[in-house]
Amino acid sequence: MTHMRDPGLLARDAEGLFWMARYLERVENMARLIDVTQSFESPGFETEAWFGLIRINADEKNFLERGFSADATHVKRFYLLDKGNSTSIPASLEDARTNARTLRPLMSTEMWKQLNVFHRFVSRITPEDLEGDALSRLCTRIKEGVQAHTGITQGTIYRDQGWYFYELGRYIERADQTTRMLDIKFTALLPRGGEEKRVAELTQWNAILRAAAGYHAFKRQARAQFAPEDVVQFLLRDPSNPRSPLLCVRRIESHLDDLRRHFGLSRGAEALERVEMLRELLLEVKLSHILATGLHDYLDLVQIYLQELAGAIGRAFFRDWRPEPTPESQLQGPSSPSQSQTQVSA
Amino acid sequence: MSDIFQHLWPEYDPGRFFCELTTPRADAGPVPRWLAERLQGIGLEALRARASAAETDLIDLGVTFTVYSDATAIDRILPFDCIPRVLTAPEWDLLERACAQRVKALNLFLGDIYGKGHVVKDGIIPGELVYGNANYRPEMKDFPVPHGTYVHVCGIDIIRDEAGDFRVLEDNARTPSGVSYVIENRHLMLRTFPDLMSGIKLKPVDDYGRRLRAAMAEVAPGDNADPQVVLLSPGIYNSAYFEHVFLAREMGVPLVVGADLTVENDRVFMRTISGLKPVHTIYRRLNDDFLDPEVFRPDSMLGVPGLIRAWKAGNVAIANAVGTGVADDKAVYAYMPRIIKYYLDEEPLIQNVETHICREPEGLKYTLENLDKLVTKPVGESGGYGITIGPRASKEELEKVRETISADPDNWISQPMIGLSVGPTLAEEGIGPRHLDLRPFIVTGKESWVLPGGLSRVAMKRGSLIVNSSQGGGSKDTWVLAEDFSKDDPTKGDTP
Repeated sequence: MTHMRDPGLLARDAEGLFWMARYLERVENMARLIDVTQSFESPGFETEAWFGLIRINADEKNFLERGFSADATHVKRFYLLDKGNSTSIPASLEDARTNARTLRPLMSTEMWKQLNVFHRFVSRITPEDLEGDALSRLCTRIKEGVQAHTGITQGTIYRDQGWYFYELGRYIERADQTTRMLDIKFTALLPRGGEEKRVAELTQWNAILRAAAGYHAFKRQARAQFAPEDVVQFLLRDPSNPRSPLLCVRRIESHLDDLRRHFGLSRGAEALERVEMLRELLLEVKLSHILATGLHDYLDLVQIYLQELAGAIGRAFFRDWRPEPTPESQLQGPSSPSQSQTQVSA
Repeated sequence: MSDIFQHLWPEYDPGRFFCELTTPRADAGPVPRWLAERLQGIGLEALRARASAAETDLIDLGVTFTVYSDATAIDRILPFDCIPRVLTAPEWDLLERACAQRVKALNLFLGDIYGKGHVVKDGIIPGELVYGNANYRPEMKDFPVPHGTYVHVCGIDIIRDEAGDFRVLEDNARTPSGVSYVIENRHLMLRTFPDLMSGIKLKPVDDYGRRLRAAMAEVAPGDNADPQVVLLSPGIYNSAYFEHVFLAREMGVPLVVGADLTVENDRVFMRTISGLKPVHTIYRRLNDDFLDPEVFRPDSMLGVPGLIRAWKAGNVAIANAVGTGVADDKAVYAYMPRIIKYYLDEEPLIQNVETHICREPEGLKYTLENLDKLVTKPVGESGGYGITIGPRASKEELEKVRETISADPDNWISQPMIGLSVGPTLAEEGIGPRHLDLRPFIVTGKESWVLPGGLSRVAMKRGSLIVNSSQGGGSKDTWVLAEDFSKDDPTKGDTP
């Protein structure tokens, strides 16, 4: 192989790729979450089930401020129609596409075209698409839209430094979203007790496994006797489950390592330390302890560690072009380079 | 119109205008007939279906420009007409030479007015038109540029009159846009109308990116064998952003915004994931005013503080150079034939449209006396804004123009109304004649290279003469025939 010259990756573009991947991963997982929430609905308690979605995304304040009230229809609209809600699917996709516009020279034409067409589809979702059985079909189409993106990316993107940042963003977001998927179980209502409760609980766990695309894989390697901690184990730290935070963290580590070894990017030391901490948190805390002290708090902690990891990656590679990193920029990435360029000329 | 077209398209009537397809041209050989027959073979309905599929393709691919009006921004595609415009080999030979000639004169003119100013001292052009011009940049005075090239990328707007003669309508020497459509239109034609093109040898348009990058490397400072070239864009809100992306991709260079660049010790760097990396040539698609807040508009957030300092220190090349706007000004345009003659001792290979300069008493008098026959244009505007077409204006409109021009004659020129040539275009009524122009693109590093063809812009409204994209114009693929059919014509006496 001949030596290729290093064209240099702009820090802004690296950050753009990182966030484009995050936004798209977020879209897919939001569709999964909405789908599973629907299966948690029980007659008379729709609102509780749907408000759980608001809670696990920490959107309570945002939801009320945008003039919505706590009922099922409003929650669905908040996430599927409300472009003004930054956590909605249309808003995330808008952000992904805006990033993509700045990244066009680094993307394949096929990636761009699919994203463009998918964006148009999502921006045309109507209230009718949220009704009855249409909702599940809609979620499937959204999920498949992102999967098509992921597949095209996998098959067409050039594996230079840019790709590593795309992957870093994707895995961080995926790890985060899986913790939220698990969390939703603890907002779900259960019958008071006895056989009815046991069956309902099993149904809910199965729904979560399905939403995380892990149902059959889990069955294959789980014990005959169903135990909730096995599901938690599978979703959080099965090293072969593509959506488990453990697998994601291992990939992140390997990518950071490659960036250092193959591209001479040695600034990622702090990020690698954060990876180490995350891996310890995922592996070294006993499940029984987690379940006893509260899964919700533990998941919160994983999310915080992931945010800190994203922050460390930002400080190492993206910050050179923008002098002052803000705390918010670690939670919500740039949807556009608008911070750096106000519209002065047309 | 020859019999064959009357037979195929009985409804098609270009009237008194030169038609780019049906007016007989010996050097076009059988191509116009083939085209008409093939279009006829496809049929109107299938043609419309394919044209609409082609436009969907453009939307899916985001081949769009942005129109700003009343604070809203809308992504639009440039309407695409699937019936190509055909230029013959001898026509192109003339166009190519004329464009190179014009760019050579423009560069010599710029080198002169930012140097010793002979052209003014020798009385070829009034000094106030040059030095009093809003686009004259005193910062450029006595600052020579590599190879004397100021206008690295030039777009020259050329029209064809009723007699079929080409005329230059306007020079665009700042940051001309549209070249991406030339190449995208060709790709689109190859995808959606391969049967129209089959067996017709055309000059290719794919070489633009490579040529542009080579020119950018040629003007880079020092003798760096592999200089870092970047494309500087105002960002995604610019109406030509798609083109910036396109060109960065075609050249294979980073697309940067001002915030990606920084100047240290009079050297320009870009901010990468591994720190600062030197930049040697900047192909900028940003107006002069916005380039460097230290020198020009202090409120510009789009530029790079210190850029001009680095440039003047000889550490970076900027293309196009600062201050080229003075050369493509509509008032200076009127002097271009004399400027060409002055520097090159040649007649212009393609003439200007006759132009009356309202700052000159006789020009003003003539203009005001013939307002109803003339096209009046403000000199400082682009994009077709502020133009009044006398023969089509109402009495009230003409009175208003008279007042505006009388109040500020220096700002106006007028030209006779030219019957722009037409091309058959897919329209509401079927295949109808629509007016069009041509913008060839010329890339200059050490030498000039002209992209075969150029952008054919077409007024999609029946009878309209305004082809600008901001005013609803569309575009066509422009075919330059590689084969010179006049050589096959036995009446010309040429033998192979």
